[in-house]
Amino acid sequence: MKKKLINFVDISKSYDKQLVLDEFNLYVLENEFVTLLGPSGCGKTTTLRLLGGFETPDKGQIYFDSQDITYLPANERRLNTVFQKYSLFPHMSIAENIAFGLKISKKSKAYIDDKIKYALKLVNLDGFENRSIDSLSGGQQQRIAIARAIVNEPKVLLLDEPLGALDLKMRQSMQYELIRLKEELGITFVYVTHDQEEALTISDTIVVMNQGYIQQIGTPEMIYNEPENAFVADFIGESNIIDATFIQDEVVEILGVKMPCVDKGFGQNTPVDVVIRPEDVELVEPSEGSFEGDVTSLIFKGVHYELDVMANGYEWLVHTTKLVPVGTHVGIKVTPFNIQIMKKPESADEEAVEIDE
Amino acid sequence: MNRIKQQFLAGPYLVWIIGFILLPLAMILYYAFFNEDGTFTLDNIASIADPVNLKAMGLSLELGVICTLICLLLAYPLAMILNNLHIKNQSFVVFVFMLPMWMNFMLRILAWKLLLNKNGVLNTILLSLGMERITILNTPAAVVFGMVYDYLPFMILPIYNAMARIKKDYIEAAHDLGANNFTVFFKIIVPLTVSGIISGIVMVFVPALTSFAISELLGGGKVLLIGNIIEESFMQGMQWNIGSGLSFVLMVFVMISMAITNAFDKDGEGGTAVW
Repeated sequence: MKKKLINFVDISKSYDKQLVLDEFNLYVLENEFVTLLGPSGCGKTTTLRLLGGFETPDKGQIYFDSQDITYLPANERRLNTVFQKYSLFPHMSIAENIAFGLKISKKSKAYIDDKIKYALKLVNLDGFENRSIDSLSGGQQQRIAIARAIVNEPKVLLLDEPLGALDLKMRQSMQYELIRLKEELGITFVYVTHDQEEALTISDTIVVMNQGYIQQIGTPEMIYNEPENAFVADFIGESNIIDATFIQDEVVEILGVKMPCVDKGFGQNTPVDVVIRPEDVELVEPSEGSFEGDVTSLIFKGVHYELDVMANGYEWLVHTTKLVPVGTHVGIKVTPFNIQIMKKPESADEEAVEIDE
Repeated sequence: MNRIKQQFLAGPYLVWIIGFILLPLAMILYYAFFNEDGTFTLDNIASIADPVNLKAMGLSLELGVICTLICLLLAYPLAMILNNLHIKNQSFVVFVFMLPMWMNFMLRILAWKLLLNKNGVLNTILLSLGMERITILNTPAAVVFGMVYDYLPFMILPIYNAMARIKKDYIEAAHDLGANNFTVFFKIIVPLTVSGIISGIVMVFVPALTSFAISELLGGGKVLLIGNIIEESFMQGMQWNIGSGLSFVLMVFVMISMAITNAFDKDGEGGTAVW
């Protein structure tokens, strides 16, 4: 068991009487790549700022290496942040930017020069020492910001939507760079993003947040394949979320059709939500499917086609590599393993479900 | 066609710049380098070496530097406080600081003359507190005081503007990298406000160096600045050539001071371009 490096205990924080985090609990293990994922206003950036030392919570404690750092100023914390807008100092060269933290900790000149070289190599920008900040592209600035943070050998690197301003290609290559850095440096990453694909690609653990509450914590596979509620299912990729009734263990009634499934323990005749990923919907001959319907729209998406199929009063979202023209009468089949059952929220309050670990 | 029309719009300003800037400048240069009967001479320039003039020039530089330093020391913390205030209408606060400038500057200086008078408000207060009467009026201190009072807004505005442009992210990033408040101030805030400081210095130092009205009113004829000497040579002695020669020397000093300050403004952003 790795040790808990960071531990948020019962953190509450509000701005202008608006509750941003409510009784928030989360721990981060050593060498973990944790991503806080959620829509804007879900509290993910606030969580990061509390950890970085730029905000103090109204209630609760933050522990770092078993030490209470709740009120420790930012400059005394052994972690560094890569900001959303890079925030490189415009009046300094690249080398001076990278050396900023090292000069403060009074390292020797030789050590600093070494570190600058090493860090620039690590982010694939060798020889950029004396360039000015203005001469860099967004992606290069971002890598300098990462270099500036990691030369200080922090135990934890905090990243606040660092790839948000980059174009798709650049973003993807930076994602691989981050994974490589994490493996080379062996430090803990706490990453904030609203981009679910990014989160799935780079994380060891994803924390899905909404309205100040944690919705689900798990590996990318767990979050994608077994979302715990409709919010997570909807936020992580496209999906068919259907009202259904859990008849008994391993039987669920979807749109009037009793289907076998693999889940147990949701009671008997209980209303539930069912998630079926669009790529798990199979299109078959009308007679072979559990549902029958017509294709109502067809969009080419590159890797696959995206279809809408109207069947049993529900518009199914289907991803398939076969071309099925609009108007085709088709059957829909779903294997029991691909039917994910989720408990319905019991009250309006629970819409943003709080899940204790 | 369009371009010609646009150039035509510059016409009024062109007339202005030729008639009221270039022409007078040329005339000053002419008076400075020629004597009354029209022969070339450097005597007018050399008159700066006259002990009285030299002393006045020295005093002008000294008081100008002192005034600029005091303005800087007053304005910088003030601009910082203004910038850190978490109030919605910051521009209103800045407006309040600019408000005195709406009053005629002679009136303001005359008011100080009354306040600093031997039997003025200041001494009345001091006496009622059981302290000695002090003589400020008609000393260099009074002149500096008047200059600071008059020119302080010119220091506050550019520094405040430069301060307001600093992104909060830079300060957070510096803290994040281990900087305490002291380091953040000297490594981030000061370097990023250099252009504002330079603007402020130029906008205070140049008028302070060339001023003559403040020294006349608050110095009572006892504090002779180079501006007063120039004024006298034009208005009283009718020595236009010497006055022009001294003006030329003063102009050289202004240019030198601007060159020095500009050298510090590496990024050239804002800077003296403001004035």
